[in-house]
Amino acid sequence: MTLHGVILFHTTSSVLRAEKRLIKEGFATRLVPTPRQFSSDCGIALRFDWNDHERITSMLGEEKVEFDAIHFLDANPV
Amino acid sequence: MIYLDQAATSWPKPPEVLKAMTDVLENAGGNPGRSGHRLSIAAARIIYDTREEISRFFGVSDPLRVIFTGNATHAINLALKGILKPGDHVITSSMEHNAVMRPLRNLEKRGIRLSIVQCASNGTLDAKDIGRMVASDTRLVVMAHASNVVGTLLPVAEVAAIVHQAGALLLVDVAQTAGIIPMDMTAMGIDLLAFTGHKELQGPPGIGGLVIADHIDIAQIDPLICGGTGSRSESEEQPDDLPDKFESGTANLAGIAGLGAGLRWLKDRGIEEICAHLKTLSRMLIDGLSAFPEVKIYGTLDPARSIAVVSFTVAGRHVSEIGFRLDEEYGVLSRVGLHCAPAAHKTIGSFPEGTVRLAPGVFTTTEDIRLAIRAIGRVIRS
Ligand SMILES: Cc1ncc(COP(=O)(O)O)c(C=O)c1O
Repeated sequence: MTLHGVILFHTTSSVLRAEKRLIKEGFATRLVPTPRQFSSDCGIALRFDWNDHERITSMLGEEKVEFDAIHFLDANPV
Repeated sequence: MIYLDQAATSWPKPPEVLKAMTDVLENAGGNPGRSGHRLSIAAARIIYDTREEISRFFGVSDPLRVIFTGNATHAINLALKGILKPGDHVITSSMEHNAVMRPLRNLEKRGIRLSIVQCASNGTLDAKDIGRMVASDTRLVVMAHASNVVGTLLPVAEVAAIVHQAGALLLVDVAQTAGIIPMDMTAMGIDLLAFTGHKELQGPPGIGGLVIADHIDIAQIDPLICGGTGSRSESEEQPDDLPDKFESGTANLAGIAGLGAGLRWLKDRGIEEICAHLKTLSRMLIDGLSAFPEVKIYGTLDPARSIAVVSFTVAGRHVSEIGFRLDEEYGVLSRVGLHCAPAAHKTIGSFPEGTVRLAPGVFTTTEDIRLAIRAIGRVIRS
């Protein structure tokens, strides 16, 4: 079973901007509704394969892609 | 029918624009950024992709610096009212549209000092005259890229150098030039750019935007409208994130989709080719009208220094009569009067009567111009 993580953002535009960069780097991502346990916000978040966690975190940092938070999605399939 | 009112709004629109608008409403009808389901995401993607195309089109690197508004007027108001505070000094040209003049007059009543640089009677602006007006409290200079009355281009890059030397910001209204002149905000030194979708960008009415250069700190711009953004919904305060800070309320999805299709269509056609075509038409119009001794043409009469917007009057005749007869008898559609720009007409010496304005577009042919000039000849000789 693939374990997932989710990246939260403050705006829809920044989710879509980050999604494009991750896809360009070859990461498998999917837009999902933001899990309620992580944010009171409405909108969408970016789900990814948890195995890519470290590479994604460092890429987001290097490229100064703004995001709110990264969470592990334990037993919480979306 | 020969439509020579492209400066008011472009017509007809490319079929791709209409198709993109119906497609998006049929297939991506969710509220972008409000919900997380597929229709909402599909809508958000179309908006993001259009943002990206606009940022590339105008030469900024971050798509989030494209703020969608209803039109250029709204974008200009956002920039002026968002930045200027009582005690600030603002400079503009005497060729401006009321989209610039009226918000400035309104701000003047709230304690902002306004200076208007006098342009020459052919509409040209000497950048040095801006330099002479700049003071220590000058916060912003706002000007059109080209006049909507006579088409005269204003020296944006030269003004930018002066404005930046003084530590002020430059806001440029590209309502008339976007889509017909290749543009790079960064190279031209534009800090804030206001565009409208429904003219030569080939989009529908009701969509425009403000593009904020990459280096501008957005903390210095207050939002014009506050409200729901779909982001940071736990807070009752307006968010500081781009573009949401300036984009409250549900977006004009169909308008944005249409504008995106317009931009792609322009890219396929090639702006350089469009620009060359319009120069040819402009030359034909100026030469054709110059053959009538009773006609006075305004502006530089030089397609290298103007866009294809030609204004004229006929000695002893009302512009309204000329415009009406061109429409009624020959199906030639022009726009007569003051073109929402009283200051520009005062500058060129046609106030308060105004002019007859002819503005061809990308779909106008040389045959259209020949027929239009023949029609004008007949109207003024009878
Ligand atoms: C130079 C100029 N600025 C601003 C505008 C306003 O555009 P809109 O009515 O789309 O806001 C126009 C067009 O009418 C224009 O020609």
